[in-house]
Amino acid sequence: MSLEVEPGSITGLIGPNGAGKSTLFNIVAGLIRPDHGRVYLDNRDITGHPPYQLFHQGLVRTFQIPHELARMTVRENLMVVPPGQTGENLLASWFRWGRVRRQEASVREQAEEVLDFLSIRHLADERAANLSGGQKKLLDLGRTMMTEARAVLLDEPGAGVNRTLLGRITDAIQRLNRERGYTFCLIEHDMDLIARLCDPVHVMANGAVIASGQMSEIRQNEEVREAYLGGAAAREGEAQ
Amino acid sequence: MELTGIAAYLVSFFTFVGIYSVLALGLNMQWGLTGQFNIGIAGFFAIGAYTSAILTTSETTRHLGGFDQPFLVGLAGAVAASALLGLAVGWITARLRTDYLAIATIGIAETLRLVIANEGWLTNGVRGVSGIQRPLDGTFQALGLGSGLGSLLVVLVFVGIAYFFAERARCSPWGRVLRAVRENEPATEAAGKNVGRFRLEAFVVGAGIMGLGGGLYAHHFGFLSPEAFLPLYGTFLVWVMLIAGGSGNNKGALLGAVVIWIIWSGSEFVMRGVLPEGYGGHAGPLRVILIGVLLQVILITRPEGLLPEKAPRDIGKGAGRRES
Repeated sequence: MSLEVEPGSITGLIGPNGAGKSTLFNIVAGLIRPDHGRVYLDNRDITGHPPYQLFHQGLVRTFQIPHELARMTVRENLMVVPPGQTGENLLASWFRWGRVRRQEASVREQAEEVLDFLSIRHLADERAANLSGGQKKLLDLGRTMMTEARAVLLDEPGAGVNRTLLGRITDAIQRLNRERGYTFCLIEHDMDLIARLCDPVHVMANGAVIASGQMSEIRQNEEVREAYLGGAAAREGEAQ
Repeated sequence: MELTGIAAYLVSFFTFVGIYSVLALGLNMQWGLTGQFNIGIAGFFAIGAYTSAILTTSETTRHLGGFDQPFLVGLAGAVAASALLGLAVGWITARLRTDYLAIATIGIAETLRLVIANEGWLTNGVRGVSGIQRPLDGTFQALGLGSGLGSLLVVLVFVGIAYFFAERARCSPWGRVLRAVRENEPATEAAGKNVGRFRLEAFVVGAGIMGLGGGLYAHHFGFLSPEAFLPLYGTFLVWVMLIAGGSGNNKGALLGAVVIWIIWSGSEFVMRGVLPEGYGGHAGPLRVILIGVLLQVILITRPEGLLPEKAPRDIGKGAGRRES
């Protein structure tokens, strides 16, 4: 299969369960090494680069299940992200304390901006474990804002999120796309959310892209309907 | 006479608390911050103690030695040797997580103890290393302040130094990454951190601190034998201290060392008073059971310890903003 995400777009990736969407994300994000095939970022081959290196090349991801740092505060969850912190070198932390402190002040300020952007400043000192599922998704998105990301992979940003928070998440995605030029590629099952955000949309089934285009076109596509319904029918068969 | 007895006891008591505090600070780096399940503390403790002993003793035929170095060199050697062992162990076990790391580390510590017990040319085997210098001891005795006080002073100074560096590390961005690794490795990796590097660094630094504890022990006691590095004393007690005090909290490590050492050494007297005639031989095992039960109670009632982990203070507060 082949799939291209245009710079500056918000590209949607949909498909029935087991279609291979998350696997594709994990390959792109360096968690799984592909048996064959290549991954390119801005025409550079990044196949098999470990996740931490991809981050520094501007590729950031979130996870289907929120990966919050549970026993750390919301603010710390954000402050851990920025690259190039001098204090991440232990010797610098011991012996260049002044410089580390000054940098820390600016990283903290950056975190406050993100907290404001997402309207979760009141949760800054809360342990991330105590957030609701939706707030954790919001925090995940916030973590991508603590670096100069170019491409962001969002794995089901709307799963299990209530309507109010969902609105905030979609707003944030659109603003980041517009104001900071982030390219998004997101997996989602909520078709309304996809229709509102994404252009184009790719449909995957059984490890292949079976349709691409605008959501309105996709809705009419016979093959797509079959992939979803066929999947459901097959599962019903298994259940019996 | 009674008072000097109590005073002498307190001096020895706090010296031990100090040595165990250092070990607990080392474990807090590995387990408390990074979530590395090292149950081979005794191995790092032992290598620190023997390294310092061998570096500082004078010429002898009983074991490797004759380097006659001052004790500060011995301590530096203890830290370096233990950190080096930590580097080797950390590198070998880089891909092992929690329980597997635990199995590997306890195996390495036991191997090391058996090497110490059997390689007579190096360590004088089970007969042990004696005549290790006790710094400041002579000075204090000359002043009529009795033995022990010098050791205590030395140990407390190094507890202070170890605490300072451990706490600064915890509050720094470096410590924050370690805690992120502990909470969620994939998320930390996705935030651009080389998780393997941070895990190794934490393990090495923690091992170095444990080695310091070993060196201090050698110079306090003046005598070493492999007996001292059995898992009970070398590993188990340190774990109970950190868990009781508050894992992830350096102050908790210190408090845990005090509290558990009070209970551990106090239980000796209690057992002596409580056990009926002829059952004295059961005191040792019963004390271990007591500590084990205590650990259970703590885990059930206060799983985060006496001083639960707190987010570090805002170190950037009041700092100028010349750089960003």
